[in-house]
This record gives sequence, C-alpha cells and structure tokens, in this order.
Amino acid sequence: MQTNTTTRRLLLAGTGALALALAVSPASAQKNYDVGATDSEIKIGHTNPYSGNASAYGTIGKAIDAYFKMVNEQGGINGRKITFISYDDGYSPPKTVEMVRKLVEEDQVLFVFQTLGTPPNTAIQKYLNTKKVPQLFVATGASKWGHYKENPWTMGYQPDYVTEAIIYAKHILANVKDPKIGVLMQNDDYGKDYFNGFKQGLGKDADKLIVSHVTYEVTDPTVDSQIIQLKNSGANVFFNIATPKFAAQAIKKAGEIDWKPAQYLNNVAASVGAVIKPAGFEHAQGIITAAYLKDPTDPQWANAKDFLQWKAFMEKYYPTGNLADSNNVFGYSVATLMTIVLKQCGDDLTRANVMKQAANLKNVDLPMLLPGIKVNTSPTDFYPLQSVQLQKFQGEAWKLFGDVLSNESASN
Amino acid sequence: MATTTANGLVDQDRASAGGRRGYWLTAAVILLALLPVLGGKTGLISNYGFLQLSLMIVYAIAVLGLILLTGFNGQISLGHGAFFAVGAYVAAVLIDQANWPYWATLPVAAAFCFLVGYLFGLPALRLEGHYLALATFALAVAVPQILKYRHFEWFTNGVQGINIFKPDPPFGLPLSADQWMYLVVLAVAVLMFWIARNLLDSRTGRALRAIRDHTMAASTMGINVAHYKTVVFGISALYTGVAGALHAIIFEFVAPDSFRFELSIAILVGAVVGGIASLPGAVIGGVFVQVIEKYADALTKKLTAAVNLPLDLEPWTIYGIALIVLMYTMPMGIAGGLALLWKRLKRS
Repeated sequence: MQTNTTTRRLLLAGTGALALALAVSPASAQKNYDVGATDSEIKIGHTNPYSGNASAYGTIGKAIDAYFKMVNEQGGINGRKITFISYDDGYSPPKTVEMVRKLVEEDQVLFVFQTLGTPPNTAIQKYLNTKKVPQLFVATGASKWGHYKENPWTMGYQPDYVTEAIIYAKHILANVKDPKIGVLMQNDDYGKDYFNGFKQGLGKDADKLIVSHVTYEVTDPTVDSQIIQLKNSGANVFFNIATPKFAAQAIKKAGEIDWKPAQYLNNVAASVGAVIKPAGFEHAQGIITAAYLKDPTDPQWANAKDFLQWKAFMEKYYPTGNLADSNNVFGYSVATLMTIVLKQCGDDLTRANVMKQAANLKNVDLPMLLPGIKVNTSPTDFYPLQSVQLQKFQGEAWKLFGDVLSNESASN
Repeated sequence: MATTTANGLVDQDRASAGGRRGYWLTAAVILLALLPVLGGKTGLISNYGFLQLSLMIVYAIAVLGLILLTGFNGQISLGHGAFFAVGAYVAAVLIDQANWPYWATLPVAAAFCFLVGYLFGLPALRLEGHYLALATFALAVAVPQILKYRHFEWFTNGVQGINIFKPDPPFGLPLSADQWMYLVVLAVAVLMFWIARNLLDSRTGRALRAIRDHTMAASTMGINVAHYKTVVFGISALYTGVAGALHAIIFEFVAPDSFRFELSIAILVGAVVGGIASLPGAVIGGVFVQVIEKYADALTKKLTAAVNLPLDLEPWTIYGIALIVLMYTMPMGIAGGLALLWKRLKRS
C-alpha cells in the first residue's frame, strides 16, 4: 500500500509539473503548424481549367496568383509568404482527383482553395474530408458546399445556384405574360442544381411552364442544335444554364436565327469580356442575370475606390489580364477573402483553425462586392455570400435594377 | 542430324539465357515487392509516388492486353480504352452498389470483359486492317457516351462518376493503403504476365503468331482462324479490363471522362513505343503511358522557362518530339531497340 501511494503521489507531482510546463510554454511557442505552414511560408493548393472547354475560367487562377504575388511583395501574411501551387485539370474530374492528391501528398499544402467546377469538386470532396484537409471557398455555387454537417471541411463562396434560380423563376412569373420556357442545361450537378432551384421557384406548374429542356455535355463542341430545338419549341423565355464558352455560343446562335425570347443567364457566365462580347453586344440586349460583384465594365463604378484599386492591381500584377472580364474581379475578391481568413488565423496555422476562422466571418466587406452585400459565416452557416441583385444588359454594360435579394436556402 | 544438333544447341542456349533472365526477373520482382519497406518507410517514396508506380503497372497490364492482340495476332485495335472503361465500371459499380470487397470484383471484371471482347471479336472477324481499326475506334468513342446515358445513371451516376474508397491493408499490416494496393497490383501483374508468357509459349501462342504472319497459310495448316481470333480478342479485352478494374480501385474514382478516346490512343502508343511484340515492351509501354501523360506538360513548361524560349510551346510539344525521335531511332519500340543495341555491343 505504502509504495502504491508514493507512486501515485510521485505521479501526481509529475503530472503537475508537466501541466505547469505546458501552461508556461505557450508564451514562448504559441505557434501551431500543420503540414504546409512554417514560420516563413503558407502553402496553398489550387486546380483550375487552364485548358479545355471551360478554359475561360483559367484567368481566375491567374488573377489569384497575381494577388498572392502582391501580398508577398507587401510582406506576406503575418510575416509568412504564400506559395500558391496551381495545376491545370481541364475541368475533368479524374484529372482533378490526381492533381489534388499530388497537392496534398507530394506538395504537402496546408489546404486546397478555389478548386473550380461542380463535377471536379464533387470528385475530390470525399477524399479531402476523410483526410481532414480544408476545401475552402470552392469556385462553384452548388448548394451542397454549405452542408457543414456531412462535409465539415468543405465551404463554398459565391451565392448558391438554387437561390439564384429561384430568383429568376420569380422574376419570370412576375414579368412575363404567359411564359413558355426553354432551358439549356449543362448535364452535370451544376446544371441540375440550377434546374432544380428553377423548378422549385416556378412552383407546381413548373412542368407545364417549361416547354423544352435540352442539355449538353461539357465535352461537346457546340450547342447550336440545342438552340434550334429550343426555338422550334415555341418558347418565349430562355434560361441559359451554361459555362462561358457555351453560354456565348447559345446567345450568339439565338441572335443569328432570330429567336428573341426573354433571356435569363446564369451568373457564372455573366462576364462581359468572356461571354457577352464574343456573343456580340447586338445579340445580348435585355439579358437578365444576377450579380453580387461589381462588373468592371459598368461605368457607374468608374470612380469607386475599390474599382480603382482593382484596376491598379491588374495593371501592375496581371497586365495581360482582360479588364472587361468579371472573372478577374472574382479571383481578386476571393483571394482577398482568403487573405483575411489567414490573417485571422494568426500563428495557429493548423487545418482545424483555418476551417474555424473561415467559419467565423462577420460582416466582412470585400472589395468589388455590390453595395449592401457582405460576407457572413458561422459554424452553422457555410454559405459566405447569400445575396444578389438583378441586372440587365444594355448597350455595352450591365445595368443593376431592383433591390438586393437574399438567400432563402441557407438553412438547408 | 545437323539440324537436330543445331536445334538442340539453340534450345540449350535459349534455356540457359532464359534461366539467367529468369534469375534477374525474380530479383527485380522481389526488389519491387520490397519497395514499400525500402522506399515507403524511409520516406523516399510518398504515397502519391506509390500511386504513380501502381498506375504504371496498371497501364503495363493494359498495354500487355493490346500487345497480345496486335503484336502477336496482328489485329489492330484503337479501342482498348473501352475495355479499360468497362472493367473499371464493373469494379466501381460492384463496390459502390453491392458493397463487394475489391478483390472479388477483379474476376468478375475479367470475365465480363472477356465476354464483351469475345462478342466484339465476332463481327471483327469480317474486318481486316484499317477497317478493324475504325470499328474499334468507334467503340472507344461510344463507351464514354454510353456511360453518361440517362437511363444508366442510376448505377453509373452519369457524368459525375463514382467515388469509391481504397481498402485498408488487411491483418493490421504496417502499410499505408497506397502501399498495400501497390503490392496487390504488382502481384496481379506478375500473375498476368506469367500467364501471358505461358500462353505465348504454347501451341496456342504459335497458332496466334502463325495467323499474324500468314493467315491463309495458317488456316491451311489446320488452324481454326476464326476461333483463335475471337478468343484472343476476348483475352486481350480481359487483360485490359482487369487493368481498368485495378485503376478504379487504386484511383478511388471513375467517371466517363477518365476513359475518353485519348486513353485508347495512349495504350496503342504505349504498345508501339514499348515494343509491339514483346512482353518487356508492355512494361516499358506502361511506364511511358503514365510518365509521358503526366509529365510532358510540366516538362514542356519547365524547358520553355529554362532555355528562355520566346515561343509559347503547346503542352504536348515534347510528347510529339519524343514520339518522332523514338519512331525514327527505334522502329521496333524501346524493347526492340534495346535488344538490338545489346546485340551490337556484344558483337563488337
């Protein structure tokens, strides 16, 4: 018995000393790192379609890269430089899987950021969540990126597609008399997300109101025949759920065959530089889309402070970038958000803390967001942006109208 | 008498050479099998590295399938990516929908692909040379579209593909999942190559080559040309299908996009570059398919940056140049080229 108590006492004393040591040590070594972060560096992984049919988005990766170059030049984040490793996945899920495995296992990044596209992100989501690697601010608005319970390591960025589509549907019901709707849709989860939201917004008569629903594959060369099909269905409303290249083809073809429906264009193809201009301004008059970012071609922002900052950034760090392409605004704003989150992490650069700080953003104002739109997240809200405003294409620029409309599906 | 002695000598020579070669081969396989301990534990090879090695072996099996058909039987196929896809989807669907263990899906994928290959081989009998090439090419183009077909979506999951999980090593072995699967893939490959070698050394193998060299003569000798041609089509599809199934398991993901017709071309290029009528050629071809596909792009970029080229080279430039150089300097493939080089060195 005697020995037993002694041991116990000794043990207690030992633990006490250890606890004391632990309690004292944080003062000297409060820095906490997971792989990919050190005293001098933060490694961030990224995939983007620089080649292939969705390569219009490639400029987002270049803009982000340029942004981090600027951050590094200005001293980095809390003294650490950012190493931004970006690979081309050509919008092809198997390629994304391989590149993301390379990023995590070989390049050993702290987290993955802004991987682009719904199918590519779907393909890597399980892997990253099992490995507990953050998949932050993905470049897709599918509603599933906000499901924090099932996938606590994944978070979206832009307003989700379901809400956006509901807003279009309500606008159609309120403004178009006797609507007969034709829908062009990319055949994957991104297209389906929009389409489901759209049907939800139209209500119980959805199947009657949608007179034609055609799809294309992202590997297809054109959507010309689909547009002819839509015209022949007698539709007087056209909902264009397409990525930039196909959206431009659709708008152009509709104009060429003299089909003049009320057109609604999904926000992911709202770039004037990448979509509207190639399609032809004359074919794009009156198109309606939803926006959350200031369009760089809109003259009303010409003297806004954040626009001038963005322009100066583009001229200095990304001089080959197109100033009319809203994708460059998108990259700039989301990279700013990433920088804010990393600053908030301080010296605790663990994967868990990066995720925690990403879910702890209160009324953050990003440059180039429309007035009245702010970033908000919480441990139970993984949808950073939830508001949009409708805009109509007039002349050579988008023109905003109506109020800022807010998300309704965030609680899903 | 003279011929007999000569023959005997030759055979003896071959046997002893084969013995020596067998010795080296066994040593190489053992070394490869020890890699997880040698390279994995010391940290020389990352898990991603093992995935890359596994993929090389997988492509080697796929190339072997094509070599059996094209190299040893003279039938051209531009559509082996299709059998690869079928094998991959059989494995993925069985694991995903029916919760099968991964190893049980391999024989099913093998049998299913044999059947598909055999059935495809029947009409292919009527097609020769470039007509056959076109028919198989059509197959390669069609399969990804079929996988996306709306009414199959309930089990193929359409364009989104299927996520599966890599199995953990059994019996609590101190290996990572990637290292374990590398060993599994290696074991399957050794088995498949062993079977292929025995097949080619048998009566069947001689019949296959006779058909390749002169179909009419072979049929005069009493070889059932139609039978052998369809069966070898089936076997070839089986090999490539098993490779596809292994690919699905180690890659943990299948999607129609993984099996575009470029894959068929890659397998053919691998076979030609490796050595179209040689088993070691299949291994070289497998390495080539994996390495060139993944690194040609990066290499082109690095080279452009390194020598400060004023041009913006296309990502596949190095690939093209490598192919042209290889075909001019080693028309028999790398395996054939090396053998020739070895002979010359020995002679001098």
